[in-house]
Amino acid sequence: MKRIFKTLALAGALASIIGVFVGCSKNGPSSGSDADGSSAKTLAITNVSYDPTRELYEQYNELFQTYWEEEKGQKVEITQSHGGSGKQARSVLEGNEADVVTLALEGDVDELRKAGLIEDGWVKEFPKNSAPYTSTIVFLVRKGNPKNLKDWDDIVQPGVEVITPDPKSSGGARWNFLAAWAYADKNSGGNEEQDKEFLKSLYANVTVLDSGARGSTTTFVENGQGDVLLAWENEAFLSLKEHPDEFEIVNPSLSILAQPSVAVVDANVEKHGTEEVSKAYLEYLYSDDAQRLEGQNYYRPSNPDILKEFSDTFDLDIELVNIDDDFGGWEAATEKFFADGAIFDQIYKK
Amino acid sequence: MIPGFGLSMGITITMLSLIVLIPLLSVLLTLSNTTFKDFWQVITDGQTVATYKVSLSCAAVAATINVVFGILLAWILTRYKFPFRRVLDGLIELPFALPTAVAGISLTTLYSDKGWIGGLFGKIGIKISYTTTGIVIAMIFIGIPFVVRSIQPVLEKLDPQYEEAASALGASRSRIFFKVVFPEILPAALTGFGLAFARCIGEYGSVVFIAGNIPYQTQITPLIIMNKLEQFNYAAATSIALVMVIFAFLLLFGINLLQARINKIARG
Repeated sequence: MKRIFKTLALAGALASIIGVFVGCSKNGPSSGSDADGSSAKTLAITNVSYDPTRELYEQYNELFQTYWEEEKGQKVEITQSHGGSGKQARSVLEGNEADVVTLALEGDVDELRKAGLIEDGWVKEFPKNSAPYTSTIVFLVRKGNPKNLKDWDDIVQPGVEVITPDPKSSGGARWNFLAAWAYADKNSGGNEEQDKEFLKSLYANVTVLDSGARGSTTTFVENGQGDVLLAWENEAFLSLKEHPDEFEIVNPSLSILAQPSVAVVDANVEKHGTEEVSKAYLEYLYSDDAQRLEGQNYYRPSNPDILKEFSDTFDLDIELVNIDDDFGGWEAATEKFFADGAIFDQIYKK
Repeated sequence: MIPGFGLSMGITITMLSLIVLIPLLSVLLTLSNTTFKDFWQVITDGQTVATYKVSLSCAAVAATINVVFGILLAWILTRYKFPFRRVLDGLIELPFALPTAVAGISLTTLYSDKGWIGGLFGKIGIKISYTTTGIVIAMIFIGIPFVVRSIQPVLEKLDPQYEEAASALGASRSRIFFKVVFPEILPAALTGFGLAFARCIGEYGSVVFIAGNIPYQTQITPLIIMNKLEQFNYAAATSIALVMVIFAFLLLFGINLLQARINKIARG
């Protein structure tokens, strides 16, 4: 009996190892062999994205496929992949041959530039700093807002339990931190010691620091932890949609303009011969149809006219700071706040 | 020599190299660009040291609890005949088969103060999920098969006649357990402890969900490694990984030494 178990276990282990190898080899592109495959042949591109964009890109891919076929008479197959933004960037670094990346953070895309996969100046390659849609950070509270949380001041009070992911491990969570910092900084008139104290009392209220945004949403929504979840606006709307009578969105007076970045992975499209279609795939994200689709998926369209069409959904009066003007860009912000030993580490030191 | 030694040894070495030695060497290789000063700074950073404490202490507690319950479980499974014994026997391995994230999520939900079990404890003011207690629970879950499966074969081979003889000679039940049974299963229990302990130190998937991950309180070492990776800081991640490899190695080595001594004593 025991021997049978052992044999089975061994067989299982072997099978899984083989499975991993087979799985890995599938990652390679199917159209990689000839570089001039622009004719009638089916094109295939891979879009490596982050967690909450799954539904958006499922719909967008269909839209783009129709557009491309009408325009060029070519069928294009699109593979999408989702996960934590940083993890996804690493997978591309380590050999996942993405044609385009659509990630949560400019910094994650920039890691690919540093590795030589993307050319310098990618931020300016597409309009609006290569951010076709934006979002912001809002509060998700329990129905009826029992603790009456209206703004950042309220959630740093003792006794309020806050759920947010760890900015060290979650790209998305950095926006949360920076939004809080911007609010504190505005009220302190630029006194950074006071800002640190504000953030210290905020994170002292954090009872669960999940490693990713999806984890925090589960902790707050499914496991009933905490009074307020600091969430991306689009994620907050999704939670509302799934649990219509349990939660409310509270818009703070000030938040941050979260700009997810898109880019063509130059080194890979060159290899696959998919330069043209990859570029068109990202450009089309700015078309009116795509912008509306983004709005319907609770991302804020970057086209101001189309954004106005969604003024019932989004609070357009929140004061939004942005990373470039208020924090000097991602590189500076990462260095100042999130590097080892920087401000985020300091607020946890005793 | 028995025929086939060359072939089987060859296959063994190849497999070991491919899946154990080469990956471990690549850990060292990644570190070759790091100066010792940087390495030391990373591995002795206050927050990182705090995670060693959490990981090691929780793993020690979990492995100890596992040994006690593991002996009991193995005893029941080998000494008694009862309905569904085979089913229970099969269930022991479930923690091996279940994806750890699934285990982590279900444990977290069950043991959170809104969950079935956590709710009961919550009423008397004990929080389980998102505390070190939660970490220990997840570790017990993933560690238990190691102890049971180490002890079970020894108990199966242990002839009940020894116990009968001791009983006939007038030994009390507890005396029989401590003087007759326990010395026999001690080496196996130690192996189980060591395996469970080492597994618990390295466990990531199930623990991160239940841990709460608050720096200096409920962060485990594997999480810090993930954090460094997330910041594209491969050198720092590898440095801490190396520390964990050393921990695990020392632990298993120590247990082997201890076992050798016990066996020596047992043989006189």
